[in-house]
Amino acid sequence: MPPREGVYGLLAEFNTPGELVQATKLAYGAGYRRMESYTPYPVEEAAEALHFHKTRVPLICLLGGLMGLTTGALLEIWINVWGYPLNLRAMPLFSWPAFVVPAYEWTILFAGLSTCFGMLALNGLPQLYHPLFNAPNFADGASTDKFFLCLEANDPRFDRIETRKLLESCSPVSIVEVQH
Amino acid sequence: MATQGPIPEIDDPMIDPRTGEYAVIAPGHTFKSVTQKVAGIVLTDNTPLSWLGGLFLSATVAMGVVVAVTWLVLKGVGIWGITIPGAWGFAIINFVWWIGIGHAGTLISAILLLFKQTWRNSINRFAEAMTIFAVCCAAMFPLLHVGRPWLGYWLLPYPNSMNVWPQFRSPLAWDVFAVSTYATISIVFWYMGMIPDFGTLRDRAKSPLAKYVYGMLAVGWRGSTRHWIRYESASLLLAGLSTPLVLSVHTTISFDFAVAAMAGWHTTIFPPYFVAGAVYSGFAMVLTLAIPIRKFYHLEDLVTLRHLDNMAKVMLATGSIVGYGYGMEVFMSWYSASHWEYFMMWNRMFGPMGWAYWVLILTNLAIPLTTLWSRKLRVNAAYLFFLSFVVNIGMWFERFVIVVTSLYRDYLPSSWGTYRATKWDYMLFIGTWGLFSTLFLLFARFAPMIPMSELRTMLPQAKIGKGGEDAKAVVREAI
Repeated sequence: MPPREGVYGLLAEFNTPGELVQATKLAYGAGYRRMESYTPYPVEEAAEALHFHKTRVPLICLLGGLMGLTTGALLEIWINVWGYPLNLRAMPLFSWPAFVVPAYEWTILFAGLSTCFGMLALNGLPQLYHPLFNAPNFADGASTDKFFLCLEANDPRFDRIETRKLLESCSPVSIVEVQH
Repeated sequence: MATQGPIPEIDDPMIDPRTGEYAVIAPGHTFKSVTQKVAGIVLTDNTPLSWLGGLFLSATVAMGVVVAVTWLVLKGVGIWGITIPGAWGFAIINFVWWIGIGHAGTLISAILLLFKQTWRNSINRFAEAMTIFAVCCAAMFPLLHVGRPWLGYWLLPYPNSMNVWPQFRSPLAWDVFAVSTYATISIVFWYMGMIPDFGTLRDRAKSPLAKYVYGMLAVGWRGSTRHWIRYESASLLLAGLSTPLVLSVHTTISFDFAVAAMAGWHTTIFPPYFVAGAVYSGFAMVLTLAIPIRKFYHLEDLVTLRHLDNMAKVMLATGSIVGYGYGMEVFMSWYSASHWEYFMMWNRMFGPMGWAYWVLILTNLAIPLTTLWSRKLRVNAAYLFFLSFVVNIGMWFERFVIVVTSLYRDYLPSSWGTYRATKWDYMLFIGTWGLFSTLFLLFARFAPMIPMSELRTMLPQAKIGKGGEDAKAVVREAI
């Protein structure tokens, strides 16, 4: 566990997404890895600048879907063939075409729920407290019209003076030291 | 298409001169202005008096549901007009009608997202809300129609002391899974879409209560880029899952009819024809809601004439498919060479309830499909508002005609009957309108009605030039 006290990181504020992307590229080039940008809407270029491409959400979705399909199909087969066999209009007990619709719906149900909750879990949400909310300008802008880059203190290259200098070279609107 | 020929109203600032189409967002908006506009509706201290009036009226009408359901539970389904052979009646008509209305919401939020139709962004949130509230109203009817709604959980497969299980070879059992999955996934999709906007509301709220509630709902969303990427991926996947889901739900509902060996029901055209009809009525309902809302909350900048025009075009397309469906039904009843099919169609058109068929032809085909070709009328909000009612009346009559005319005069003339809805049928049906509008008014007041984060992506400021041209030159020097 990293220490939960002291400085969390340095937070630079920008007015445009373009400036944010440039600053992120600069910091990445300077060797910083423990950093994150914050934007009021998804900015693909910002993710590229962080070299963050792969998410495991699609995999979770696939696994959820397969689980739903298997559960649904096996449940229907077990119920109609062994658990509670009924002779209806002389239809065969294993009348698989009739099982397609519910099994399909279970596939979608499980896949959808795992996608949403998997996404939240990968993002570490719900997380009602975060050090960044301590920054006075963060709440005002990050969800409206400002773009933030945070270089975190647990990066081996982090240095309160040097990192601040690097961020200042990108001429941000402000630089705030965020406390845990 | 619109680029050809002179466009007379080109000096209208809302028209993009390059395409000749109305703009999706009025020019001159910034990240801040769209946020203020949408969040202002929710976070205002002054609840509009007309909103309170509307809520009072809707909630009063919704009391009809309470009264009608209470009496139904006390007395049983005998208080409805259902008889043998017409055992389905209003319950199934209203179920199909309401759930059909819901389908446009999913179509807008999922299918148009996959097709990269960015104009959908400003209307998708309240269209999704409409879906959920419509499904709430819809799901009530079959549950009440089973007679003992408090035993409704018997429909679910669960181990029980009676050792009884549902049997999966009936489309009525498929419905349970289709509708419950549809409701669940719609709610999940809707809520997930609102998480970033709840974050915005949390950050902008002044009152501690609003901060607390929206803070909880936002689950700590902070707009991290890595979060956004996963979030976008999840949105796309949910859209990909909802697209076949929405088609499957109305397909399954059409199977309730098509699998039964009744004249007029047992046809293969039912699934596509039902889905098209659902989308048709759903877009009509989106217009019914969007037109007053954009006027009342002054959202003409965000829900522009472009949206109305596009929705009217979708209605024109789906309405034509529905028209094809009607034509094909008539053709097949002749081509089938089946005595029962002939009679059913004759009875449907000219029997004692033939007027209902002609009402539906008038309202679903004659009025909309002749007028929606005109661009002038497609961008005329007042006309579209009127038309949206016409189409929803028509779609209700379509379900009435399908359910009632096939049932009340079936194969055995000695068992022929008729169908008359009772006051309890009407009270419950009208009550669901109240329930729907109550839920919708609460949503419009307390939730972000227009997705702010999606609107921001559509603004010109959101575009980044190659290599971030708008960044300061200082940065380049530093590198």
